[in-house]
Amino acid sequence: MRDVAIIGVGCTEFGELWDKSFRELFVEAGVSAIEDANVQGGKIDALYVGNMSGGRFIEQEHLGALIADYSGLASLNVPSTRVEAACASGGLALRQGILAVASGYHDIVVAGGAEKMTDVGVETTTDALAAAADREWEGIMGATFPGLYAMIAKLHMHKYGTTQEQLAAVAVKNHHNGTMNPKAQFQNEISIETVINSLMVADPLRVFDCSPITDGASAVVIAPAEIARKYSDTPIYVKASAQASGTISLHDRPDITTVDATVAAAKWAYKMAKLKPKDIGFAEVHDCFTIAEICAIEDLGFVKKGEGGPATESGMTALGGKIPINPSGGLKACGHPVGATGVKQAVEITLQLRGEAGKRQINGAEIGLTHNVGGSGGTAVVHIFGREK
Amino acid sequence: MSVPRFWRRLKNLYNLIGTHCEKCGGFFYPPRNMCPKCRRNGIINPFKFKGAGVVVTYTIVHTAAKDYSKLTPYILAIIKLDEGPSLTSQVICDHSQIHIGMRVKSAFRKLGEESDKGMIYYGTKFVPMEEKA
Repeated sequence: MRDVAIIGVGCTEFGELWDKSFRELFVEAGVSAIEDANVQGGKIDALYVGNMSGGRFIEQEHLGALIADYSGLASLNVPSTRVEAACASGGLALRQGILAVASGYHDIVVAGGAEKMTDVGVETTTDALAAAADREWEGIMGATFPGLYAMIAKLHMHKYGTTQEQLAAVAVKNHHNGTMNPKAQFQNEISIETVINSLMVADPLRVFDCSPITDGASAVVIAPAEIARKYSDTPIYVKASAQASGTISLHDRPDITTVDATVAAAKWAYKMAKLKPKDIGFAEVHDCFTIAEICAIEDLGFVKKGEGGPATESGMTALGGKIPINPSGGLKACGHPVGATGVKQAVEITLQLRGEAGKRQINGAEIGLTHNVGGSGGTAVVHIFGREK
Repeated sequence: MSVPRFWRRLKNLYNLIGTHCEKCGGFFYPPRNMCPKCRRNGIINPFKFKGAGVVVTYTIVHTAAKDYSKLTPYILAIIKLDEGPSLTSQVICDHSQIHIGMRVKSAFRKLGEESDKGMIYYGTKFVPMEEKA
């Protein structure tokens, strides 16, 4: 297996982009990534496209071919593969690209993700997202995604004393980080009061506990580490790529408040990178709901189980804290175009490690981690990146 | 959900019929045709659950998907049946009454409807143990 590096990154703005289509978004992100890497189109060996639900959101499947064509790569017959694992589609597309380069099968690969969610009404969006859960045994019973995560939150509060204010602290922090990210959907500060007085979606989760519905795309260019410096002065090395499965239904999980797939993927990733949780400088984690970030920092080993709420409230995960979490603003403030999210996380880590993150730059960042989850925990993908191999 | 897809599960949804592995003694609801523990060595048979259980966790859903929006706000819960498995369903009771650890029993109820002329889904919901189903 070869070492792999990210040599270029690109990302569209995230938001309700009514004037831009799915294909335009992907091409915009892909082009900025290959320009960043200074790679010619003819050098690209393969494309991997993370997308959750083109079929529901834009009534379009066969997205691999669509993207290859509109990227000008169909004339070169570049192989293009759509990768789907609900909200972890992006992280999985990235991993497929990494595996293709690591194996020696391809050299230059573009891994991206895109989702166009605002071409349909909110009820259709809610229903399409509910397809990430078990349609026959959760969806039919009236389970929505906020509903499933609300049940995690309810039990976390019951078992560990986690409070509404601690949940809200996740949203407040991520909105603050979002104010410094020009690509973020929300670039405004919010207060604890804003969150806890906002509209109830599924008790105890309010609208400000939930990530938004977002259009957007992101892409990275990856290459074998040995030739990475030909393209980039600051290649960012992939130190670990791990993926794990868990039960599709929340009700089958041994502990509702622990995402087993995250625990497993993190364990494998730390082993692969020969690192421990304390060695991670900062992370982009899957905060589709505020409770999800609290569970993530516990399951990734940054804090003990049950201590995610107090840790967040204490400022440990803020930009200047011991382990900054979601410097981009996370899914909550940067936005959550589901297929793009996992790739956007790697874009953020790359910018941070290169020292190009602007006002939200974390000083002395050497090692960053990404954590992308599909559904309520059926899939988890963890990547670790570093400035050194 | 399409008519055949719902029809195929009628007995499971209406009568709380899941499966049981004779080999390891595991109980499964929703039904599984392969035992997750014994896999190919398992001996899977249908099993009718008694319908008694306890609320593991719950939420009150205020914003629902299209076919369920008429029911809001409703209590969504994970219920651990006395025989072992956990499932997702709704609990019908006063919203101030619901709590983690509450004893519940199954009841035949309407789950949702597609439109005024569309299919109506029926299935198993849960009510507090004290109340008559």
